[in-house]
Amino acid sequence: MSVPGSGDALVVDAASAAGRTAEAEALDAARRADGSTGGSAGGGTGRAGADAPSAPRTVWDRTGVRLAAGAVLPLLILLAWQLTTAAELVPAYRLPGPWAVVQAGAELLERGELGLHIAISVQRVLIGFAAGSVVGLAVAAVVGLSRAGDALLNPTLAALRAVPSLAWVPLLILWLQIGEESKITLIAIGAFFPVFTTVAAALRHIDPHLVEAGRCFGLRGWSLFRTIQLPAVVPSVVSGLRLALAQAWLFLVAAELIASSMGLGFILNDSQQTGRVDRILLAIVLLALLGSLTNALLGIAEKKLLRRWT
Amino acid sequence: MMRGMTSTVHVDSAPVARSGLPERHGSSSTPRSGVRLESIARSFPSAQGARDVLRGLDLDLPSGEILAVVGPSGCGKSTLLRLVAGLDSPTEGLIRIGGTSIRGTDPRTAVAFQEPRLLPWRTLEHNVALGLPRGTGRREGRERVRELLQLVGLEHAATQRPREVSGGMAQRASLARALARSPEVLLLDEPFGALDALTRLRMQDLLLEIHAAEPTTVLVVTHDVEEALYLADRVLLLRSLLEDPAADSIARTLEVPGARPRDRADRSLAELRVELLAGLGVHSPQPAQPAQPVQPAQPAQPIQPAQTTTEISS
Ligand SMILES: Nc1ncnc2c1ncn2[C@@H]1O[C@H](COP(=O)(O)OP(=O)(O)OP(=O)(O)O)[C@@H](O)[C@H]1O
Ligand SMILES: [Mg+2]
Repeated sequence: MSVPGSGDALVVDAASAAGRTAEAEALDAARRADGSTGGSAGGGTGRAGADAPSAPRTVWDRTGVRLAAGAVLPLLILLAWQLTTAAELVPAYRLPGPWAVVQAGAELLERGELGLHIAISVQRVLIGFAAGSVVGLAVAAVVGLSRAGDALLNPTLAALRAVPSLAWVPLLILWLQIGEESKITLIAIGAFFPVFTTVAAALRHIDPHLVEAGRCFGLRGWSLFRTIQLPAVVPSVVSGLRLALAQAWLFLVAAELIASSMGLGFILNDSQQTGRVDRILLAIVLLALLGSLTNALLGIAEKKLLRRWT
Repeated sequence: MMRGMTSTVHVDSAPVARSGLPERHGSSSTPRSGVRLESIARSFPSAQGARDVLRGLDLDLPSGEILAVVGPSGCGKSTLLRLVAGLDSPTEGLIRIGGTSIRGTDPRTAVAFQEPRLLPWRTLEHNVALGLPRGTGRREGRERVRELLQLVGLEHAATQRPREVSGGMAQRASLARALARSPEVLLLDEPFGALDALTRLRMQDLLLEIHAAEPTTVLVVTHDVEEALYLADRVLLLRSLLEDPAADSIARTLEVPGARPRDRADRSLAELRVELLAGLGVHSPQPAQPAQPVQPAQPAQPIQPAQTTTEISS
């Protein structure tokens, strides 16, 4: 590993903090969704949603107000940053001004590198996220729906989950070389566990009455899963996916920091070697934007899915 | 026994369109199955060892018969229904439908559960469609679902989700889902429990009309003695084995006289009503004299108002 300990810890920490907020958000979403389905399934009459009181709407619930309010803090930070650097309180080689960061971005963009770095990172995240989620869903179905699957697989999976992500890196590099496969595998491992954990738990707690009704109308195996069990856990699948996406970005940076010749993690690592703080800041801002963007896209999908399936 | 004397004036209290009855395609020749239960027992494990809920239950339900099951809460009515539905298996004994002993759920039976158990993410029409037999064509299925929803008075709510409708509407949708099977054996667990009194009377008449058009074998659990006497050929009175640990489950079997549709105010049923209520541990305010043979049609006989529904609370 060519990365000194301090820098490594810093970036991974920042990313995991982002992961934690996404986690809290996703759990919130799951709780909201559970509130509207759990009651109706358990109560049997299916009216819980209609009766649930909702908090009164305030000014803070308007979309425009929310967008503006969300922009306040970043703008303040930007202002403070600009003032600090303009007053030369910190030397420019330690903290370049916002404009210098924009220029660094423009320069990379002109050379055609920035687009490439972003594209490769996004591609890795998406492929790893998709692969990890699909496998996570399949394994969750086995563990969540069959006692045998639970008994056979759960202890091993719990142990594997306890392995810190970076511990896989040397093994993956030795086995899969420093190609795309090793990075995508690491990201897939990161995306697998949130999906697996949330969905397996949800499948274990489906209202048995609904499953029995399905069996009674001749549903078995795959048709039972497709018709009743999967729709019943859609809220959990969605929140698992949101956690998985945050994890995928976290593991992307870990993978690219350690061994890569392209991608946003590579920019971070390379700029550290060459002392280009402007590019480091650029990469961090880009990670924040891309992470928020993909999370927002998933949020739109979540809204649609929850409206259809709860 | 009293068949000759009963009046069979039918009070048509239900404005259910007779023409709306669902036709089973190529119907009349469809086979129908009776149900036979041979010394059924079911026990559940409890802290004090296995606890019998049902014991020594023998029952022969000829095809086309309507049997009402009444009994105190917790006596095992739902358990009995689940056994016949193949959702649970007896600790002892055999259950046959149409001569073959059942293994798991059977495509010939359909259940409407005590709770509606609708899928919350499906509209009512799609919930009803769940009951259609496998291999029903798309258009045929849609047509049939439409008919059934109309039959139970839910055509206006076809595209609503279960959480958007009342408990009674959900229960009717659940009944429609069971009927969608065109079952040979229809199992109903307090199907009209959540309905208001008027809708309940309508649904009872609807069930009888469907049965008249298509005499399926029906096993209906109810808390309502009036309902049992109005609907059934026979009434099975179960006892709670908790109170009577040595006895068998069946306390009594009563033949209900008179051809359907019956007069809800039929005086000859008063005696049976008193008997059933006594069996359920409810004693009527007027001292009923079970020892003294009373002529049922005698005008001096004190008659309970037949229109009020007598609920057994427990
Ligand atoms: N899966 C089970 N495990 C343990 N005990 C059970 C189970 N199912 C039912 N029982 C017990 O069997 C008894 C009968 O239950 P059941 O639901 O059949 O009653 P019921 O006659 O339908 O009552 P109600 O009229 O209130 O619906 C109850 O005492 C219940 O506790
Ligand atoms: Mg019951």
